[in-house]
Amino acid sequence: MERSAVEGEADQTTSDRWVSIPSWRNRRVVSHYRRRRVEDRLVKITATVCLVVVLYPLADILYRFTYRGLLTISLPALTQVAGHGGLASDIVGTMLIAGLSAVVAVPIGVLGGLYLGEFSGRSRYAELVRFIADVMAGIPSIVLGYVGFLLFVQYFGWNLSALAGGLTLAILMLPYILRTTELSIRKVPLPIREAAEALGSTKTQLVNRLTFKLALPGILTGILLSVSIAMGETAPLLWTTGYSESYPCGLTGCSGGVGYLTRIFYDFLLNPTMEKQNLAYLSAFLLMSFAVGINVVARLGLRRMSKI
Amino acid sequence: MYKYFTGTISGTIVVLMTAVVAVLFYAGYPSLVVNGIGFFTGSVWRPTPPNARIITINGIETLSGSSYGVLVFAADTLVSSAIALTLAVPASLGIAIFLTQIAPRRIAASISFTLELLAGIPSVIYGFWGFLILSPFLLHVLEPFLAQHLSFIPFFAPLSTESPIQSPGLLAAGILLAIMVVPIISSISRDFMARTPIELREGAKALGLTRWEVTRSVVLPYAKTGIIGSIILGLGRALGETMAVAMVSGTAVQTLPTSLYFSVNTVASFMALKLGEVAGDPTGMYQAALMELAIVLLLITVTVNVIARLVVKQVFATSETVVRV
Repeated sequence: MERSAVEGEADQTTSDRWVSIPSWRNRRVVSHYRRRRVEDRLVKITATVCLVVVLYPLADILYRFTYRGLLTISLPALTQVAGHGGLASDIVGTMLIAGLSAVVAVPIGVLGGLYLGEFSGRSRYAELVRFIADVMAGIPSIVLGYVGFLLFVQYFGWNLSALAGGLTLAILMLPYILRTTELSIRKVPLPIREAAEALGSTKTQLVNRLTFKLALPGILTGILLSVSIAMGETAPLLWTTGYSESYPCGLTGCSGGVGYLTRIFYDFLLNPTMEKQNLAYLSAFLLMSFAVGINVVARLGLRRMSKI
Repeated sequence: MYKYFTGTISGTIVVLMTAVVAVLFYAGYPSLVVNGIGFFTGSVWRPTPPNARIITINGIETLSGSSYGVLVFAADTLVSSAIALTLAVPASLGIAIFLTQIAPRRIAASISFTLELLAGIPSVIYGFWGFLILSPFLLHVLEPFLAQHLSFIPFFAPLSTESPIQSPGLLAAGILLAIMVVPIISSISRDFMARTPIELREGAKALGLTRWEVTRSVVLPYAKTGIIGSIILGLGRALGETMAVAMVSGTAVQTLPTSLYFSVNTVASFMALKLGEVAGDPTGMYQAALMELAIVLLLITVTVNVIARLVVKQVFATSETVVRV
């Protein structure tokens, strides 16, 4: 009571000289304050509702595919080839294609990223490479699939094959590996570099023994995430890898191509049958487990390993 | 040595990008010449008309009576992406505000982690969900409701009295794309909101501002460029998304998207479904036309990404979120 009385007095004395500061008790101030508090509350509720509305479908996807996937999982479904109603050949095919693309994209991406992060500085050439990498990361995957079809399938004559699909995915992965490698190398603190140089190490020694090792967890994270992206892609593979119901017979020259996990959805789209739907559930479950597993390992495991 | 070796290797990506563009233009050249401007202004796509003969235009063989117009696909792509962004941007900003301003740190961390996981789930899985769950729901529950009660708004009006709804297509594609871009927009804009200097926020709080006022007057302006960049990245993703849209888009009906209840063919989903048909055209014009479609899509998405990069350089330079855009 006492304080508000004082404030009221202060209000009266200042009002005629400077700006008037309305007192706490002033009706306008009180209603303003209420309005602002209600507004704040409303925004809080709206933001929470947004989260719930968005998380609902996502939770539904996770729950439904895990549940239905676990229901359809069985030994024959995992060990038989597609011709006999299983997914074994598709699992092998996915591994083969993703492995191929990683074998091609990882060395190029990591070495290129090393250049961008360590050697390039702000040269024009490096800016161009960065720019192109960002542009390439934005190319829709179906467009890359078309390019792979023209280049590998038609021009090089590899037909629909694991090699054509793998190289197409390698093009898709490359920008990510390049940029994540660059970012993790840049994160290596300057004092460490300076200390190494003060002790007389050459640039090569510095890169090989220090920078690269310290950046390795980050680089591996980028590689794993790119592989997980590659494994989940369908569009680039539709017209480069083709499809086959038996195990992959090699890199090129399998008649019809090589099976892969995401293909089942495309077949289901064109010809929805109950049998395909069950396999699609299982495939969705497997793909989701791969994606979530890789993400968890990459983001939690490797981040903990990182010393910088 | 090391420097030049790695530098040369990093040049691979420049070579690849050039190759991608060159290959597409080489393969699309016949269509560019024969179809000309009609490719962009026409809305009839009839690659293999019945009883067609092979004719020669400007020295390039094509089928008589064939027509290649992409107006409908372009419009479908733009409209479905616009619907997606209309739904996704407010929701994503709400999530980002929740994560940075409202939620306790532990909860925020686990939700952010979940969002990043969701950005990594293959798009076919979203498409499969859209096909099995979302489309039937829209077709039988939401769209009849909208058609009945919101018919005074353009786009929402029922198509006709006997069949008010043709397909869940456009709305389903929009909602599905929205679900797919929310993790991208919200995680990147959260990163940028979280970077607001604590001094600014504390200063604003000390002046007596409520949490929302602090967000509105300090955090959002500070993160503005990052938010815009994330939205443009989300747009790029929505424009190029292939399989998820193909799975909910409905049957191929070529009409301009004037209602939510039409089926859609976005450029990308159309490309995924049609390359198998090119054998039906012995002249190769069908394949060339599809390649020109690929060029169109490439140019649109590259432009979007270049704009994003020019607007907000630091989104690309510092964002740790690895997303397939």
